[in-house]
Amino acid sequence: MDSIKHFIFGDFNLVDAIPKEMVTLGGAIGITLGLLSILGLVTYFKKWGYLWKNWFTTIDHKKIGVMYIIVAVVMLLRGFADVIMMRLQQATSVGSSQGLFTADTFQQVFSAHGTIMIFFVAMGLMFGLINIVVPLQIGARDVAFPAVNAISFWLFAAGMVLINTSMLLGEFSAAGWLAYPPLSGIEFSPGVGVDYWIWALQVAGIGTTLSGVNFLVTIMKMRAPGMKLMKMPIFTWSVLITMVMVISVFPILTGTLGMLSLDRLMGMHFFTAGGGGNMMMYVNLIWAWGHPEVYILVLPAFGALSDIVATYSRKKLFGYPSMVWALAAIAFFSMIVWLHHFFTMGAGSEVNAFFGITTMIIAIPTGVKIFNWLFTMARGRVRFDSPMVWFIGFVFLFTVGGMTGVMLAVPALDYQVHNSLFLVAHFHNTIIAGVVFGLFAGVTYWFPKVFGFTLHEGLGKAAAWLWFIGFAFAFGPLYVLGLMGATRRLDHYAESTGWQPLFLVAGFGAALIGVGIVCQLLQVVISIKNRKKNLDKTGDPWNGRTLEWAVPSPAPFYNFPAIPNVTSRDAFWQAKQTKTPLWRDSDIVDIHMPKNTSIGVVIAGLAFVVGFAIVWHIVWLAVVGLVAIIVSVIVRATNDDTSYTITREELLAMEKEHKQRYTA
Amino acid sequence: MKTKLFLTLGLVVIVAVLLTVYLTSGVNVEILNPKGIIAEQQRDLIVLTVFLGLFVVIPVYIMTIFIIFRYHEGNKKAKYSPNFSDSLLAETIWWGIPIIIIVFLSIVTVVSTFKLDPHKPIVGDKDPLQVQVVSLDWKWLFIYPEESVASVNYAVIPEGRPVDFALTSDTVMNSFWVPQLAGQIYNMPGMITHLNISADKGSYNGSSANISGEGFAGMKFVIQATDQNDYKSWIKKAQASDNQLSQSAYDELYKPSKNNSVEQYSNVRDHLFNDVVNKYMMPDMSKNHSSEGDK
Repeated sequence: MDSIKHFIFGDFNLVDAIPKEMVTLGGAIGITLGLLSILGLVTYFKKWGYLWKNWFTTIDHKKIGVMYIIVAVVMLLRGFADVIMMRLQQATSVGSSQGLFTADTFQQVFSAHGTIMIFFVAMGLMFGLINIVVPLQIGARDVAFPAVNAISFWLFAAGMVLINTSMLLGEFSAAGWLAYPPLSGIEFSPGVGVDYWIWALQVAGIGTTLSGVNFLVTIMKMRAPGMKLMKMPIFTWSVLITMVMVISVFPILTGTLGMLSLDRLMGMHFFTAGGGGNMMMYVNLIWAWGHPEVYILVLPAFGALSDIVATYSRKKLFGYPSMVWALAAIAFFSMIVWLHHFFTMGAGSEVNAFFGITTMIIAIPTGVKIFNWLFTMARGRVRFDSPMVWFIGFVFLFTVGGMTGVMLAVPALDYQVHNSLFLVAHFHNTIIAGVVFGLFAGVTYWFPKVFGFTLHEGLGKAAAWLWFIGFAFAFGPLYVLGLMGATRRLDHYAESTGWQPLFLVAGFGAALIGVGIVCQLLQVVISIKNRKKNLDKTGDPWNGRTLEWAVPSPAPFYNFPAIPNVTSRDAFWQAKQTKTPLWRDSDIVDIHMPKNTSIGVVIAGLAFVVGFAIVWHIVWLAVVGLVAIIVSVIVRATNDDTSYTITREELLAMEKEHKQRYTA
Repeated sequence: MKTKLFLTLGLVVIVAVLLTVYLTSGVNVEILNPKGIIAEQQRDLIVLTVFLGLFVVIPVYIMTIFIIFRYHEGNKKAKYSPNFSDSLLAETIWWGIPIIIIVFLSIVTVVSTFKLDPHKPIVGDKDPLQVQVVSLDWKWLFIYPEESVASVNYAVIPEGRPVDFALTSDTVMNSFWVPQLAGQIYNMPGMITHLNISADKGSYNGSSANISGEGFAGMKFVIQATDQNDYKSWIKKAQASDNQLSQSAYDELYKPSKNNSVEQYSNVRDHLFNDVVNKYMMPDMSKNHSSEGDK
């Protein structure tokens, strides 16, 4: 009987899987109630059909982008809940007081924070923007492989669901966001937390690799005629380079996680300390992916800021070739610096010095970018709308992150501050001020292109200032704490250290950032409520320079009625200056558009099932799921009926309707 | 924009001032208050790199503020040249100056990396004292092979005499860190790493800097640097201890425990440290690591 039960359910047992810790249980109940109420509301308003037809099966890159951003925003709230818990613990768990959480819970919380913020917030915001913007910027109607794009998004969503399932059924990994073995091995982490972590990242990571291929091909093959590489908008350039990095390094992540999983499931010894395994190999591999990963996140943010600064300065981007080469140089060097994450592992001085120098070299092209942005503003007419406020915050804070980064690149200095809160402050300085500020600026900037109305300016600015000031309070003290000898990830410390006041200040800073997030949520709600007042009637609310502003807002599902003709860098700006249209009605011909498909939801649903089955050792289910994925791919690949035609007449009618919408 | 920028920068400056006041009010900023020749040089490197960094950061700040004031759209007097987008001179300056700074810093890096190589014994008139350090769940074992004594979470070393800590782990990875004496180095099972230090007289806090499981936050220890006589008498006291570090005592110590108190051992089993390292080399000999597969 037991063996049958074990065959069917594997190690899964509902009673054991439900979290026992009050905090986790509370969170689990909260999530469940929240989900149920959303499902209930959708059912009550009979919106399932609408959601399925217009969103779940869509292959429209703009809608997929929106869904990425929605997932990222929900996960931002989840990751920020972790921040509140960490700050509460570290502010209270001093001396004789044990704080609110057990060590194990606390370790799950910071592991969740890092994992979710990087993989499901930063990556989600980034791919959201890329999806929305890139095809429009290059004058294309969609990406090269629209169905694959849907699969990528749904795999990302499935990874997100899987990692959050760990909170409802089982536990989160307590091994840190990169799960170094032996701690993440089966001997020291016997629970399901690390397995959930592995398979959530595997599922999402495969989606990312597919996206990498998709956007690389899209940019290389689908640019409008005349748009030579050196005439591409800088955001597109940054995405092109980023996708090369994605394709280069995400397979390393997949392989590394695969090996870690084999160690855990099959008793193999890739990374265990006994049996010929070597944990240092894991640390090398995970950072051979992990270091490029942070540049994968920041380069598109740089690209977005480049477009934003030029637009709001009403001026050409300064030093365009320099900017492109700087991006390429950053990408190249980012792949040969991974060892700086573990100077302290005992490599020889030659090795450490080499990786220290390659790391510092990255500061040169990054510095050049900052000077070029500042000179883009010089002799311009700069309008400080909220995207520019994010940019100013970026300049002031990111430079500090760059400076501390160069400090950490000196191996002998790194020995002192590695694994300390100084390091934590440094990478938040680059990831929040670089990636997050840049992407938020981008979301505000491109929002009207998708939704047809602009976001509330006042709240947007308030949010940007709150993040800026909050950041200084939240992370300034962490630099100092690091110098005082505070290591990261401490669930408790002695009163004699004198650290508590600084942790309190850091908590205050986090609260300010929290108020900033509330402003952003309010901003969206109020903007939707007042959308009639903020309609973007022209399609070009910021006096833009690149092709996406040449189409109406919201952009029609086919993007461009005719493929535009590009002759110069800022194609739309040029067209406005010379008053030559980018296309004429006579250019409009019949077009083919891809049909909606459920393949993304199906494959991702199955991938979730496979991941869940492996986590709980339900062998038959994993096999069935895998076979079903393969069958689905074959069925889809042999389906020839994947597109439909829009005739010239239909297009002309729709274009006329767009034009009349606001002129009437 | 302008007022808010000043307000924000003002607040940031207040943070900085408050932090500085706090720092000078008697808290121990361990890294900036070094008590050994290694940590001293590391502190100097921090100071040097901060100044080099500010050499770029401050001009960027000044330029940014200036440009905001001069070229915001309200100021119609400022020059507007929408096509001003390249200048060989400007580009040369901001590719050139960072390159010069990084070349200089690279030289500093190479020199300091070789000079402060943690593996390198410190040259002095005295031979380095050999101390072996094993990280366990969740405590630190210090073994003095020559004196055949050992201690948990506490070690006494003679002031001014170089010490060569040989590091390994009999559990997951940890990181051995005493900020006032030197930067950290990882402890890893099956491997030996080294950290060479020299300490002035005093008592210094150490901890594990790398997450190692539930008891991680309690993996604290103290390094006490004393004069030769106090060191000798501590060793003698340890040698006289009834607490012997036999294999069975070690097996007991190996069991996970949190927030351990200080302990002393005499008669350390021969080759204990090397056996801890070698245990991970031959899978058959490792009683704790051979059964991962069969749960």
